[in-house]
Amino acid sequence: MPHRITSARKLMQGNEACVHGALYAGCRFFGGYPITPSTEIAEGMARLLPKCGGHFIQMEDEIASMASIIGASLTGTKSMTATSGPGFSLMQENIGYAYITEVPVVVVNVQRGGPSTGLPTKIAQADTMQARYGTHGDYQAITVAPASVRECFEQTVKAFNFAERFRTPVTMLTDEVLGHMREMITIPESGELEVVDREKPDVPHEWYHHFEITPTLVSPMASMGDGYRYHVTGLVHDQDGFPTANPNEIKAKMDKLRNKIVRFADEVTQLDVEMVDDAGIVVFAYGTTARAARQAVHMAREKRIRAGLIRPITIWPFPDDQLRELLAHVRRVLVVELNQGQLIHEIERVAPKTCKVAGLTRYDGEVLNPVEIFKRILEVK
Amino acid sequence: MPDEKPEEVPVKKTAAEKEAQTEDKKIKYSYQEGKGLPPLNLYLHWCKACNICISFCPQKVFDPDRDGRPIVARPEKCTQCAICWLHCPDFVITSNYK
Amino acid sequence: MMADPIQSSNVTYDYLRVKKRFPNVWCAGCGIGTVMGSIIRAIDKMGYSKDEVALVSGIGCSSRLPVYCDFNTLHTTHGRAIAFATGVKLAKPSLKVIVVTGDGDGLAIGGNHFIHACRRNIDITTVLINNQIYGMTGGQCSPTTPHDSFAATAPYGNMEKGFDPTTLAKAAGASYVARGTVYHVQQLDKLIYGGLNKKGFAMVEAFSNCHTYYGRLNKEGDAVAMLKLMKEHAMPVKAAKVLPPEKLEGKFLTGVLWDVEMPEYCELYQNLIDSFQEKDKE
Repeated sequence: MPHRITSARKLMQGNEACVHGALYAGCRFFGGYPITPSTEIAEGMARLLPKCGGHFIQMEDEIASMASIIGASLTGTKSMTATSGPGFSLMQENIGYAYITEVPVVVVNVQRGGPSTGLPTKIAQADTMQARYGTHGDYQAITVAPASVRECFEQTVKAFNFAERFRTPVTMLTDEVLGHMREMITIPESGELEVVDREKPDVPHEWYHHFEITPTLVSPMASMGDGYRYHVTGLVHDQDGFPTANPNEIKAKMDKLRNKIVRFADEVTQLDVEMVDDAGIVVFAYGTTARAARQAVHMAREKRIRAGLIRPITIWPFPDDQLRELLAHVRRVLVVELNQGQLIHEIERVAPKTCKVAGLTRYDGEVLNPVEIFKRILEVK
Repeated sequence: MPDEKPEEVPVKKTAAEKEAQTEDKKIKYSYQEGKGLPPLNLYLHWCKACNICISFCPQKVFDPDRDGRPIVARPEKCTQCAICWLHCPDFVITSNYK
Repeated sequence: MMADPIQSSNVTYDYLRVKKRFPNVWCAGCGIGTVMGSIIRAIDKMGYSKDEVALVSGIGCSSRLPVYCDFNTLHTTHGRAIAFATGVKLAKPSLKVIVVTGDGDGLAIGGNHFIHACRRNIDITTVLINNQIYGMTGGQCSPTTPHDSFAATAPYGNMEKGFDPTTLAKAAGASYVARGTVYHVQQLDKLIYGGLNKKGFAMVEAFSNCHTYYGRLNKEGDAVAMLKLMKEHAMPVKAAKVLPPEKLEGKFLTGVLWDVEMPEYCELYQNLIDSFQEKDKE
């Protein structure tokens, strides 16, 4: 059943926009657990999902929440959960399970101060590396990070599209400020934004391999009950999903999991680049911090300082090639983050020798405001 | 907590009903007369010689072979009680009569 | 409603996965294979089509069962089978969801999901294979290992007391609780059939022998000896009602221990969805 919104122009909270984005993308299952600052997403889902024939369930913990959405996705239902730091840590094992079993799901992490219970009602961006390396073993993460309420809507749709396209779990990083603030948003008409569905098999039952190594490395995915009766396991498995100890089959599976994302990473890259062509100094920031960074760059431009902004909307896979190109003729890059320094290591790895890397961090629960960033630009330029 | 179901009184089978049931069993199972299929089939490739069928067969139909796998030594004694193939953890045993 | 006597002996072959390597992975004489036969016969007796059955398991000896069966099978993370199964069932209630778990997988790491699924009374049948030990990892003590018995991690005797999964499930709100053993297979078939037939959370504990670890570490002998022990210590719940207490000494109850009608989770949710659809029509 379609998901209808009364009027297109609405004053909406970031978390609420995630809900509407998910429903717009066709999400019809949410399994979650209350945790500040993401609970509004669960509440919204509890209210709206039954209205469009979907199912909401509050599970007993985040581990169960992650398990339930993987189970739901296997029945062909687009499914999602939302949490914050502590819950995100609990979900890691099952995120790894979704990765190796190639089950499309979306996990929204509304970041808050960490570690541990940290600062439940305050902002931080310190789960950035966890989104990439949170669970054990080699894996490729896809992570998107909106910076406005409208983008919370759009990037949730994107997250579902990437999950369905690559048959993988996708994480969306927002934060307490973005999740709770309200902005005017024009809800797109249905059909306006592209919505991608997983590729279904159309071969006879005996020809179907649930983890078939296809040229695109993404196998068509049947749902439970479709008549294909496949096996899914967290053990490393062959193309039929049966556990294997054969080194060749293990390598084939691990290569498939990595290459299906790495080889097509350009489909996933989303970079917001402003005034970088003639920039001497570029500010690099994502999410809420990037809003203040943009303001600081404009303040610098008013002072005739050639500053630019690069904001990754897709953080993982990290856009190495695009950044090498963009930073080729830039003298300075200033990485601005609400943590003790995480993405700065990626920038140091990628930035050409000619480009000096500087950082500006804040981790006291407050946001970095434009003036602070502007002052840092003056120091570093 | 909702209360339990009312107690069902176990119904005793009348002598006639019992007679009919064993009669029915006789007709189906004809091996005793020496003709007809052997009582059981053993797919010994799957057998791990766990000795469950050999020791629990009430009629001692099986004897262990050198490796402890069952041999149907006394097929005529088999009464199709199904204990062996119900218990077999590896689905080695099937019956021709059930 | 009890199933009538056993179906044909080779019904199990129709449900085995031809692509899988047999014989199965369990030790010679392990009761899990017997439970697998029981589950298959119960499913066959229910007349489910293979496409509509989802067989979900966690990690452990018990949880290697689904891979051998020709259903929609899901071998999940340790202890989380019931949570995965909840997602499968709620998202697609037409699926017949069966969970196979063990005493460690289902009651230790999975205990939280176990009691909450009971509380929700979601229509899932859980077969908890209780061999009172962690078999896969080599004989460590589990939440049902009896007090004073030995295990790899209780070399001086288990100081803890084991759960009784049936009273736990009943207290947590399951609507059907039963216990069988791998010795009383015909009864186990009926109990699992009863669980599948039940609209609500059904828990069937299948007492099983782990002679490789529990039997060896506690000198209870081989598979045959342990099965005989089960035969001696099992007490049908109907008989227990009429026997004097001293007769019940050292016995455990078998049969249907709890069977009540309670609203089923997916149905309640469907009523909610339907209520909105009616409102839309007006």
